[in-house]
Amino acid sequence: MTAKDAARGARTQLAVVATRAINLASRRIGAGRGSVAGGHVGLLVDPRLLEHLAAGRRLALVSGTNGKTTTTRLLAVAIEGRLGAAATNATGSNMPTGHVTALAGAQPGAPAVLEVDESYIPQLVASLSPEVVVLLNLSRDQLDRTNEVRMVANRWQRALAAAPGTTVVANADDPLVAWAARDAARAVWVGAGLSWRADAVGCPACDGRIVFSASSSGGWGCTCGFARPPLDLWLEDPTGAGGGTTVVVFADGRRLPLELRLPGRFNRANAAVAAAAAEAFGIPADEALAVMGTVDEVAGRFATTEIAGVAVRLMLAKNPAGWRELLDLVCPGDGPVVVGINARIADGRDPSWLWDVPFERLRGRPVIATGERYLDLSVRLRYAEVPHLAQGDPIEAVRVAGEKIGGARGERQSRAHSQGSHAVDYIGNYTAFYDLLARSGARPTAGGRGAGRPSSPGALEETSR
Amino acid sequence: MTLRVVVVYPDLLGTYGDGGNGVVVVQRAQWRGIDATLLEAPSGEPLPAGDCYCLGGGEDGPQLRAAELLREDGALARAAIDGIPILAVCAGYQIVGRTFPSADGRALPGLGLLDVATTKGTGRRAVGEILAEPLDDGLPTLTGFENHGGLTTLGTDASPLATVVAGVGNGDGSEGAVAGRIVGTYLHGPVLARNPALADRLLTWASGETLTSLEDTEELALRAERISAVRGTVRRSGRTGRSAW
Ligand SMILES: [Zn+2]
Repeated sequence: MTAKDAARGARTQLAVVATRAINLASRRIGAGRGSVAGGHVGLLVDPRLLEHLAAGRRLALVSGTNGKTTTTRLLAVAIEGRLGAAATNATGSNMPTGHVTALAGAQPGAPAVLEVDESYIPQLVASLSPEVVVLLNLSRDQLDRTNEVRMVANRWQRALAAAPGTTVVANADDPLVAWAARDAARAVWVGAGLSWRADAVGCPACDGRIVFSASSSGGWGCTCGFARPPLDLWLEDPTGAGGGTTVVVFADGRRLPLELRLPGRFNRANAAVAAAAAEAFGIPADEALAVMGTVDEVAGRFATTEIAGVAVRLMLAKNPAGWRELLDLVCPGDGPVVVGINARIADGRDPSWLWDVPFERLRGRPVIATGERYLDLSVRLRYAEVPHLAQGDPIEAVRVAGEKIGGARGERQSRAHSQGSHAVDYIGNYTAFYDLLARSGARPTAGGRGAGRPSSPGALEETSR
Repeated sequence: MTLRVVVVYPDLLGTYGDGGNGVVVVQRAQWRGIDATLLEAPSGEPLPAGDCYCLGGGEDGPQLRAAELLREDGALARAAIDGIPILAVCAGYQIVGRTFPSADGRALPGLGLLDVATTKGTGRRAVGEILAEPLDDGLPTLTGFENHGGLTTLGTDASPLATVVAGVGNGDGSEGAVAGRIVGTYLHGPVLARNPALADRLLTWASGETLTSLEDTEELALRAERISAVRGTVRRSGRTGRSAW
């Protein structure tokens, strides 16, 4: 080792110590969940800290507009089942400060699964040479960040074309993702579905129009020749609508039944993608899926918890695509739905996207509009002709929803809760969701390490650009 | 006769929830017993005949594509000549003007339906809440959210829609433009959901009817909250365009 190397090593050591110490202090004083502040200082001490911490580890990165937190968790548990504790940013701090914190707290040499904000993929692919990169989907999110999705897809494509050692696991049903992974040295194509096509109709190859086949499994293409790549795996009966079990089907003939505790078509798709990523990591998909089936909650999402005496299933949606998925999930029911909307920096300060969400599907349900921007939601619901109550305070909104359950159903509620069922659905956007979690005192009961107490909304804003 | 409200190219000009403007006009007609229907007109198909057209915001590439397709199609220009009301928001506002900027700042030909010209601004994008006082006394304060990088200059054949109180708007203290029954604005929200009086103005033009009043409880509550939030922020910080939340 040269003197220069030694100095560099000492700098990294100091940066790691600083990262851990500050995260510990920040958790002790309750200033945050200790996932950002330490990483921030560590990067100041050693700007290449992330590279140094990632060296010698097997690394997978997970990105996309929707599903990346869940897919990261599913892949992490699958990898842990075979390889032991993995470093992962389980609380969703998906920018380099959060990545530093996740790696600084992990054993040297432990594998790492990192959720990555879409805009950081090029930088991390170039500097960390990950073994696997998972790309789920790309759609509009938090509009006032001027995050133009086609620009992101182009940047992904350039970064992945220059990463010969990386396997890309990509959702072939999203044309923007297929475009991003087109020049990758090795790609595994998953038919993971696409519920929001509005951002994908413009062909990224020629500016023509992508035509989607009428059947959900039928693919897409453009007259210029850009079309859905042949699938390596896909889902059979992804909604479970046929009354049967969803099956992950592989082009090599394998058929693996998919039984998850997490609800919804989108989570089954996330699991299929995670299984493909696990195989790229050397873990057989059947083994990976069996472990994923035990996950019942991801950083508080999908957990049923008691708030104001009411059993509430908590769900988070961050953009129109995510809202569509969750409305599909809750709408077979008839119980009360509480919808919480904020418009802080991390949510996007313009809530106009509410008009891209088909809230009409909530007609006939008791609906309570809440969150800091409940008045914007209330206007949206008026035009969707969804009768609703408006209550800005989310705890009070849940309590009111509990009253809407009504006599006989109310009595059944406590029994249902003891069986792990829920009486009220809550869907919130980013800070509205974590605000309710924090104020209710509810804790995610995540089996995962690192799934600590959710941060205050203020700390969440720190994690945003 | 059914009132046809056309949302123009939602696949190209639908990035900022502006399709909601069409929903607002249709609902406000139906709530008054005026038969109305929403036509979402995708790009690549002939623009249908309508009694009111709504154009929304979009990214640079789709904006250029929309301008080219609308020029080839010709129906929007004919509607403008016929006095059919047109609401054009943000990227839509820019393309109904004489010129609008490409991503790299070149001047591209617009449809020329509104006597305005837009260039690329040199500073930061205008992103934030906007408040503006309409020049038309019959309209109350306009509230919305702007997100654009354009500077729009009005020619002699267009009048400003409003004077900016907080935010950026056209960039010279004015916001939007009006000529006849064509209204251009930078306001998202969608603008008609936040400003039902402007929706009713378009609906009056489109239907030719005198409108009964609606209660608008939800809209009035939202307007009061947004207006006081923006005014409060302006007072506290002297800055504009930041939400108090
Ligand atoms: Zn093409």
